Amino acid sequence: MTDIAIQVKGLQKSYKNLHVLKEVDFEVEKGSIFALLGSNGAGKTTIVKILSTLLEPDGGTAAVNGFDILLKPDHIRQSISLTGQFAAVDEILTGRENLIMIARLRHLDNPYQVSDGLLKRFGLNDAADRRVSTYSGGMRRRLDITMSLVGKPQVIFLDEPTTGLDPKARIEVWKVIKELADRGTTVFLTTQYLEEAEHLADRIAILHEGRIIANGTLEELKKLFPPAKVEYVEKQPSLEEIFLAIIGKKGGSNNE
Amino acid sequence: MNKHFFGDMGVMLGRSMRHILRSMDTIITVTVMPIAFMLLFVYVFGGAIQAGTDNYINYLLPGILLIAIASGISYTAFRLFTDVQRGILERFHSMPIARSTILWGHVLTSLVSNAISVAIIILVALVMGFRSSAGILPWLAVAGILALFTLALTWIAVIPGLTAKSVDGASAFSYPLIFLPLISSAFVPTESMPLIVRTFAENQPVTSIVEAIRALLSNQPVGNDIWVALAWCVGIMLVAYIFAMRAYKKRV
Repeated sequence: MTDIAIQVKGLQKSYKNLHVLKEVDFEVEKGSIFALLGSNGAGKTTIVKILSTLLEPDGGTAAVNGFDILLKPDHIRQSISLTGQFAAVDEILTGRENLIMIARLRHLDNPYQVSDGLLKRFGLNDAADRRVSTYSGGMRRRLDITMSLVGKPQVIFLDEPTTGLDPKARIEVWKVIKELADRGTTVFLTTQYLEEAEHLADRIAILHEGRIIANGTLEELKKLFPPAKVEYVEKQPSLEEIFLAIIGKKGGSNNE
Repeated sequence: MNKHFFGDMGVMLGRSMRHILRSMDTIITVTVMPIAFMLLFVYVFGGAIQAGTDNYINYLLPGILLIAIASGISYTAFRLFTDVQRGILERFHSMPIARSTILWGHVLTSLVSNAISVAIIILVALVMGFRSSAGILPWLAVAGILALFTLALTWIAVIPGLTAKSVDGASAFSYPLIFLPLISSAFVPTESMPLIVRTFAENQPVTSIVEAIRALLSNQPVGNDIWVALAWCVGIMLVAYIFAMRAYKKRV
């Protein structure tokens, strides 16, 4: 039981007549990356909002870090952080001020050291004292995710973290997410990009018409389908590979 | 009460005060129109207005201050709207903070920024010849009434800030509030108005607030006006607060 970070049973939620979540069940192991896949409007964000205590479900139960979402929301808020669909950063403040603000609101003893450490670790040091309104989309997102790491929460919710980013920025975000999981943080990720789930996740669940219709490792999901025929095709570079090769930053880099 | 209430409040207030200091244009925008009104009424219309006082700017100033506050509070709606749109409200909500500090931070900020605009306008008025014989206590009473008026209107501003669909919608609500002083005793005595307008003017909140402030600043007995003014401010504030909290709960 102790190695389960998120447990969801029979979760239901409706908006007026729209039955978004009919019966959702899944578990997420501690320290793993869990990807929730689904098309637009499938209810991925609704699940994230319920698990991060922003929204109450109509039925079913859910627990994060062993705390029930309805009974102990305060305990959950202590141990999670949420990165929503849009970079929730304060544009008028600088990057450093944003981090210090979050560190203070998490009641840490040393907000200045914490923000210094994170700025260095995520390559935001040079831009730290510039207002966020001057940041590029990728930098904004990086700051946004960095803000979620203040206070070392055990579970991190990332709602479509790479939507709207260019390929280079996306690869940067992927690196950050992998690094987090390597340090033992549980990552709950929603995405519409199949490739992203394939690249990052230990387990993948597919949400469709209010239910989880598939849940497993990539290998397990592949076994659900008949073995692929072996075919020989010429390997064409993808447009993404071409793009990255041309701008000469293949694999992404940390300095911007 | 949450043990972090005051600490969190400090962070929230510090955040939005930075916003104000880094966009001084918001203060300027708020003060320019009332100052223009003041110049217009004193130097253009003033000579023709029979207000029954020898110093028209003394008569005019209370209404001008109310206009400034009515336009100033639209920035609270704007700032709150931006927080909702950018997901900053959601980020705060998923954190272990005293939730009530999120709205109170905006409301206290409005109090501070409106106090700055009011001080600037009074300085301009002094240059234009405004004089008051009132002592410390009446001035404190004036500050108290203006603070209550600001709080009442700010809680009204919180509602569109949380519910508006667009930036324009979030700030447009303040236009009628800005014009309310025009149909009151703020610029001219109500005696000259037609009966229906006069009835409205004499019984709407601005008139009693203006009369109370005017009496305090000129060392006249305030009579009933001050109680009517306080009742209006507290009443509006309570009703607006209830609706604002309802909008807030819906938003969360």
